[in-house]
Amino acid sequence: MIEVKNLTKYFGAKKAVDNISFTVEKGEILGFLGPNAAGKSTTMRMITGFIPPSDGTAVIGGADILTDAVAARKKIGYLPENAPVYPDMTVYGYLDFCAEVRGFSGENRKKKVEEALEKCFLNEVKFQTISTLSKGFKQRVCFAQSIIHDPEYLILDEPTDGLDPNQKHEVRLLIRKMSADKAIILSTHILDEMDAVCSRAIIIAKGRIVADETPFNLRTRSSLHGAVSLTLPPTDTEKFISCIRGIKGVKEVRIIEKEADTLKVRIYPENAYTPIVNGVVTALSDHHYEIKTIFVEQGRLDEVFRELTV
Amino acid sequence: MEIKESANNIKAIFRREIGGYFGSPVAYVFIVIFLMLMGFFTFYISRFFEVGQADLRNFFEWHSWIFMFLVPAVAMRLWAEERRMGTLELILTFPVTVADVILGKFLAAWVFIGIALFLTFPMVITVAYLGSPDTGPVICGYIGSFLSAGAFLSVGIMTSSFTRSQVISFIVSVVLCLFFILAGYPPVTEMLSGWAPIWLVNLVSSLGFLSHSVSIERGVLDFRDLLYYFSIIFFMLFANGIVIQNRRT
Ligand SMILES: Nc1ncnc2c1ncn2[C@@H]1O[C@H](COP(=O)(O)OP(=O)(O)O)[C@@H](O)[C@H]1O
Ligand SMILES: [Mg+2]
Repeated sequence: MIEVKNLTKYFGAKKAVDNISFTVEKGEILGFLGPNAAGKSTTMRMITGFIPPSDGTAVIGGADILTDAVAARKKIGYLPENAPVYPDMTVYGYLDFCAEVRGFSGENRKKKVEEALEKCFLNEVKFQTISTLSKGFKQRVCFAQSIIHDPEYLILDEPTDGLDPNQKHEVRLLIRKMSADKAIILSTHILDEMDAVCSRAIIIAKGRIVADETPFNLRTRSSLHGAVSLTLPPTDTEKFISCIRGIKGVKEVRIIEKEADTLKVRIYPENAYTPIVNGVVTALSDHHYEIKTIFVEQGRLDEVFRELTV
Repeated sequence: MEIKESANNIKAIFRREIGGYFGSPVAYVFIVIFLMLMGFFTFYISRFFEVGQADLRNFFEWHSWIFMFLVPAVAMRLWAEERRMGTLELILTFPVTVADVILGKFLAAWVFIGIALFLTFPMVITVAYLGSPDTGPVICGYIGSFLSAGAFLSVGIMTSSFTRSQVISFIVSVVLCLFFILAGYPPVTEMLSGWAPIWLVNLVSSLGFLSHSVSIERGVLDFRDLLYYFSIIFFMLFANGIVIQNRRT
């Protein structure tokens, strides 16, 4: 378990991280979300022991990062922001060095390096000098470094930054595959990524936690959550609106788009937790409206994100 | 257990650093320049052949002056590079102590300079061919040079820890090295004794290399001289550790 306790960081007079606390259990993938300069990297740097906190601490599987730093770091795999690597080393040499520092020797070290190469699809560039690799490969080389010792705790600062969509997909799969027996924290400012990978999301803004929920629950905060979107053939909008207004539980109807051959409307419920879709369907068929498409909105993360962080 | 782990960490960092030196042209350029300067000063400036004396004192005298420039040039990148590439964040979040990292880096650079120093042996062979110098002073001379290189290196690695700029690190460490060379020279001591209290004059001149290197070059390896060099190294590396531990980023 990773326990983050009241972490605070001042840079001069500026408070970059303000009293952040949370815990992550094994099996969880925690998405650390926030706009740029929210304090994500600073928090991760404190958890990994790179910069000392101004206040508070983090306990990694029982080892306090302040009083038992080396033991805590042994349990962590860390991918720093911008994936630092030694450009003049070969991929193999770099991973071999990382494995050596992690205490592996002889055949065992070789095996660890080979496994990491395999998992991160790096075999084709095994003996290439890192400086000649593209950004995506460098990212994966550094990622390989973070999992080479099969750590219980993984801390990944923007792990898919600079990757193309296919590579992003692969890295996300890899993270998900590893999550069963690890506690993973990953930071991102990409909402889809959080949605695709994380079992829980913490949103931070200006150094503070503003939400700590599952992506699903986060969605329910959206004003869109539970709304019903419809497309119909063109029809008399006045009559249509008054028909919808009569349904129990409906708060508001909005015309989204009106074209020659379709009408798009969205119907908002009074209470997001009382479904209105049945009522809508019944009322429309009673009045002989033809429904082309119907969709119950889950809520939009970007809207929630904006509301919480701006 | 902890000592074994530390030794393993130091070894890993040492191996990476040494590999870095010989994997880049900088190492070879350094060695060639060092050897050329050595030859130039010994043969032309000190007129090695004309004094008609088969002894290596002049040769060793130049070492400190050449190291004063070349060693800071080797040392200035030791921390600055890690900062520039962002690998500082990597290496300081590995399960290693700051002391392991510093020792690994220091020893690698020291061994590298030692290799350059070793490559001056043709000079010794020349002398041995021309005459028959005492082997004692020659061996001690090399030991003395190696120790003063280590002391300069510890100064250089320390200055490289507190600035991102390699230029500033280089200049500050050259100045500090110059202080260590000049501190014991009679003109400097005389100049100081004009106004400074006697204890300060003694302190400054005992901090200088001169008195220690003179006795070593005579072929006497005194425990106090060794202690002197190792205290400088220890002090500088310790200061380096404090700077790295308290860095802001
Ligand atoms: N070393 C530093 N010195 C001064 N300010 C810093 C330093 N590192 C980060 N900051 C500031 O702290 C804030 C949070 O930064 P960061 O944690 O990198 O944000 P994020 O990773 O969420 O984009 C920013 O305003 C940034 O300018
Ligand atoms: Mg960041």
